[in-house]
Amino acid sequence: MFSETNENRSEHDPMHWKSAVKYSPFYNKIKEYDYVNKWHRWAEYTTPDMLEDPTIEYFAIRNSASIFDITPMSKYRIKGPEALDFMNRLLPRDMTKIRVGRVAYTVWCDDEGMVCDDGTVFRVAEDEYLLCAQERQMEILRRNAIGMDIEYSEVTDEVAAISFQGPCTCAILKNMGFKDVETMKMFDVRYFDFPGGEIMISRTGYTGDLGYEIWTKNDQAEPLWDAIYAAGKDYAIRPIGGDALEIARIEAGLIAANVDFSPANETVRPGHAKSPYELGLDWLVKLDKGVVFNGRRALKKEKENGSRYRFVRLDVEGNKPAHNAYLFDNEDGKNIGYVSSAAWAPSAKTNVGLGFVDMPHGEVGDVVWAEIYYQKELKWNRRWAKCTVMAGPAWNPPRKTLTPPADF
Amino acid sequence: MTNNSMKKYDAVIIGAGHNGLVCAAYLAKAGKNVVVLEANEQVGGAAVTGELVDGKKTSICAHYLNQLNGKVSSELNLTSHGLKLAATDVPTIALNVDGDHLRFNGNTVQSSNISEEDTANYTKFMSLIHEYANTLGFLMDEPPLDIFNMDFSDKMTALKLGWKLRFGLGAEKMSEFLRMIGMNIRDVLDDEFDHEPLKGAMSFDAVLGTHTGPYSAGNFFTFLYRYASGDRGALAIPEGGMGTVTSAMAKAAKANGAEIRTAAKVKSVNVENCAVSGVVLENGEEIKSDCIISNAHIRTTVLDIVGTKYFEADFVKRTTDVRSRGGAAKLHIVLKKLPEFKGLTSDDLKSRLVIAPNQKEVEHSFNHIKYKEYSEKPIMEISIPSLVDSSLTDEGHILNATVQFAPYDLKGGWTAKAKADFLNKCIDRIAEYAPNIRDVVEHAEILTPLDLEERFGLVGGNWHHGELTLDQMLMLRPVPEASRYALPLDGMYLCGASAHPGGGVMGAAGRNAAQAILKGDE
Repeated sequence: MFSETNENRSEHDPMHWKSAVKYSPFYNKIKEYDYVNKWHRWAEYTTPDMLEDPTIEYFAIRNSASIFDITPMSKYRIKGPEALDFMNRLLPRDMTKIRVGRVAYTVWCDDEGMVCDDGTVFRVAEDEYLLCAQERQMEILRRNAIGMDIEYSEVTDEVAAISFQGPCTCAILKNMGFKDVETMKMFDVRYFDFPGGEIMISRTGYTGDLGYEIWTKNDQAEPLWDAIYAAGKDYAIRPIGGDALEIARIEAGLIAANVDFSPANETVRPGHAKSPYELGLDWLVKLDKGVVFNGRRALKKEKENGSRYRFVRLDVEGNKPAHNAYLFDNEDGKNIGYVSSAAWAPSAKTNVGLGFVDMPHGEVGDVVWAEIYYQKELKWNRRWAKCTVMAGPAWNPPRKTLTPPADF
Repeated sequence: MTNNSMKKYDAVIIGAGHNGLVCAAYLAKAGKNVVVLEANEQVGGAAVTGELVDGKKTSICAHYLNQLNGKVSSELNLTSHGLKLAATDVPTIALNVDGDHLRFNGNTVQSSNISEEDTANYTKFMSLIHEYANTLGFLMDEPPLDIFNMDFSDKMTALKLGWKLRFGLGAEKMSEFLRMIGMNIRDVLDDEFDHEPLKGAMSFDAVLGTHTGPYSAGNFFTFLYRYASGDRGALAIPEGGMGTVTSAMAKAAKANGAEIRTAAKVKSVNVENCAVSGVVLENGEEIKSDCIISNAHIRTTVLDIVGTKYFEADFVKRTTDVRSRGGAAKLHIVLKKLPEFKGLTSDDLKSRLVIAPNQKEVEHSFNHIKYKEYSEKPIMEISIPSLVDSSLTDEGHILNATVQFAPYDLKGGWTAKAKADFLNKCIDRIAEYAPNIRDVVEHAEILTPLDLEERFGLVGGNWHHGELTLDQMLMLRPVPEASRYALPLDGMYLCGASAHPGGGVMGAAGRNAAQAILKGDE
């Protein structure tokens, strides 16, 4: 019980509930690089916070190639004659625009127009999609499927996946023999030959950098890992934990469920959920797409009447991350919001805060003030930091989208 | 036939049940160009007269007229359109095996073995019920409050309700009302009375048409609702059966200019750019309108008629959560001659006869349905309409009974054998009180809740289109997002019993829906 194991106990052990921990097919490979034994549960899976040092791991994302195990992501397959209608009703984006072989980043809302989660949707066939999200979505799919001619199933435990991110990743994939992989544009998804059957590679990620996500069957996981290492031995590949990824995603200004927003389907307190507009994701909402989608009526109203909050990416003065800081309109002024994510961004050399302010505060270039609490040898200190609302992410390099990516 | 595809109607109503017809009549009266589309050959929905055998007719589903909305009746002048009552203020007799029956008439009850205290309490209790009913009654005649966006009339309704509760009833009775409103009928009756047969018969009225037993939560409210809607709970029998009521409504609708088309089954609703634009019939004919009003159950409307993809998903889920379980079957017997009931004269048989000897038996008969079985000893109300209406049959008599409890989803399914067995149990039950019933049966048939769904579209066999419990009433009916008749799809409305104020042949939902639509609610 509660012991590490060489196999995915959940599949083989009828008493798996005794451990309540699932082990990803990449677990043994990752464990070889684990020096510090810092793990936590993500859904049922155990997942590393760090394997050695988050800063070193972070620099693998930005300077070479990093591997993050995303097997614990919730993955669903949606298939059937009404699959497009289903997705177009579930999602505020115009899904008729997402062709086969393309991926869409999107949020999905409840009827009140509040965001339940964000994630990626892969159109793998005319009548088939994969949906991938941080949180579990089965109940949302269930209610959306009522009366629709589709089938849906959770494939979380059947699909092993890694996020392969960093400037050298394309070169390594080319070395692995994935033909024309360099021609993949951002949000493309393709299938490639691999021993044991085709694997799926998408040019997607959560780092704001060049990178790919690779999706395989469970028994291909270890061979894939070995193949990446064989092809990339000169590229300083490094498996990473969630702490490094957290720095990268904050630097890239990306939001996280249960950190920056509370999933609406799990949120009971009025005003605690957020709409796509309030998360700065206006571009995902196509009010005029001509078909009904969840939250349409509410979002239409919000568009007309204005939102309650504004998502802001802040350049915070100094180098103290503004963790959990309140935001004020002036030093010692009126409280107008809070910081939901904060990190010193090593590549952008910016002290980044992501957060929310009450409307109409927080326009680009506006100054707000953060009251930052921090500890020095266990003694609490407080300082005021001037914050400037940035126009976009602190980190958004051309190589993220450059096709073909530069060679190394 | 004119080419309707070129014509655009102000409103299309799907279903010519009583609420659809009433809604059509009111819209047409207001000058709207309306067509009612009915799938069946005849109008009426569940308020119809049908043939049993050899030209002998009866009310096939609903059989007493006790809830017809007074405003509907007078504003549409139904009497002038042919509504005639064969009997009014029909008294009730609760049967006892020993022939010592309870006779209910208005606010009084009589029996040889009931205590004077219970008799007095009954009168007192019923006058309290009528006071409560009067307090709530006005709510039937208007769309429910919109508590989120109150307009002036919502505020007036809220004020009126508050005023009626506090100053109409007075502090003491209001307090008593609030204590009782969520209770089960058994606790209420045990507080008030000792006489078991009395409590049995009264609890019957609380569980009639529901999926509850006397011990189930909240059915005092269902009991009260009988008196709050319609005419003080008084029972009437329309001449020619319930079909007369709906044919009068159809005539009223036509007289006001509405079109009614039968054998016109709607296959689908057209939705363009998130708003309805018309309907398509089974035969392919398209009828255009920006206002489509469904008289069907909300679940049928959303899932089958319009389609779920035109609604947002949480709303769809909520419509599937509406509880709509029926427990009543309808029994029809063609009698060669009148059966002999112990202790009853043939004149007594004009009354409503109730078989519900005590609360325990009512509860026991309910127990079966929880496990998808039918009652071993069913409870029932019996009507012999041919005694007051000679138009139903040339010879012999017709007996109608609403029989409880029969599940919608019987374990093993409603096979012919199961149906015959349940029918037998029902006749055996009547035979306890009328031993010669089997000798006089010429023809007998039973409609299970499943039959009622298939024949009349009563989802789950529930004739109220959704159970009448506090959590599904007023602004919560059928779901909060659709309580004002407009569905969350532009131009789509409900006018049927799943909307406020619910089922029973009231017509109030149709009238209120028309009001809301004319007012421009969305």
